[in-house]
Amino acid sequence: MKFEVAIDVMPRREISDPQGQTIERALPTLGFDGFESVRVGKRIAVVMEAETEAQARDIIEQACQRFLTNPQIEHFSYSLTVMQGTT
Amino acid sequence: MTKPQVGVVVFPGSNCEQDVVHAFRYLGAEARYIWHHETDVSGFDVLVLPGGFAYGDYLRTGAIAAFSPIMDSVRAFAHEGGPVIGICNGFQILCEAGLLPGALRRNTGLKFRCIPVQVRVETTASPFTSSAGEGQVLEIPINHFEGNYFCDDETLSVLERDNRIAFRYCSPDGETTAEANPNGALANIAGIISEAGNVLGMMPHPERAIDPEVGGTDGEVIFRSVMAASSLVTQG
Repeated sequence: MKFEVAIDVMPRREISDPQGQTIERALPTLGFDGFESVRVGKRIAVVMEAETEAQARDIIEQACQRFLTNPQIEHFSYSLTVMQGTT
Repeated sequence: MTKPQVGVVVFPGSNCEQDVVHAFRYLGAEARYIWHHETDVSGFDVLVLPGGFAYGDYLRTGAIAAFSPIMDSVRAFAHEGGPVIGICNGFQILCEAGLLPGALRRNTGLKFRCIPVQVRVETTASPFTSSAGEGQVLEIPINHFEGNYFCDDETLSVLERDNRIAFRYCSPDGETTAEANPNGALANIAGIISEAGNVLGMMPHPERAIDPEVGGTDGEVIFRSVMAASSLVTQG
């Protein structure tokens, strides 16, 4: 089966995010008021093959823990969908 | 006395390896490059991971280089007690490889900082600082965008308890003030040492401070210390 996976990587809540803070300060200068808690992360999009959804999830989580994120400073969440036409 | 043999690892995107090799040769050691696909580090007394932008800093600084073939050999060398120095990007790689705790995050203020800074020697009980004076203030340049050292509270207390903070950013008179902190690093940390004491990671570039003609000579003491330590080991 082929899966389309979108992994969101965000700086951990308890750690300051200088990029998010800078954007938060810039928003009102452009007239965009009312924003708070702005944080910036990244999305990693992958297509992967695995026998089952459970196996796909297991591999994604291991890849995130070991390589795609640094758990000391980042956390991740992901969504996974079966690609149409694959079994 | 045989000269200490220094290996300087070159990753795709490293850019300070020539300065490091020059610095060690200038100070009387033998130094040569090790391509990151090599795996043999036998015969070296010291290994250095130089600064630069290994793998273009893709994903995270040091994240991809941490899995280069050479890193298993660097890890084995360190486990056997061999001295390893990671400078700037090299420090980031050592953290990503798990040879040092913590991580280097983007500078607060989002500024790339390329300036001489002062750092205070926090411990002389290490092979990298044994020739320095406790509390000695060194002026060494920094050149980075991601030098904001972070670790959790527990790790910080262990680093402090075990005397593993090598350098802290400070004012010219040795005060570790917020103004003297160029990147927002936790507790003004500019360099740390591994649990076993033989791996050093630091953001400042000592190889750019070994010649009075360019940038002063305050970086010398770090290279001289590790050269002296490796000679002692070689002589048994």
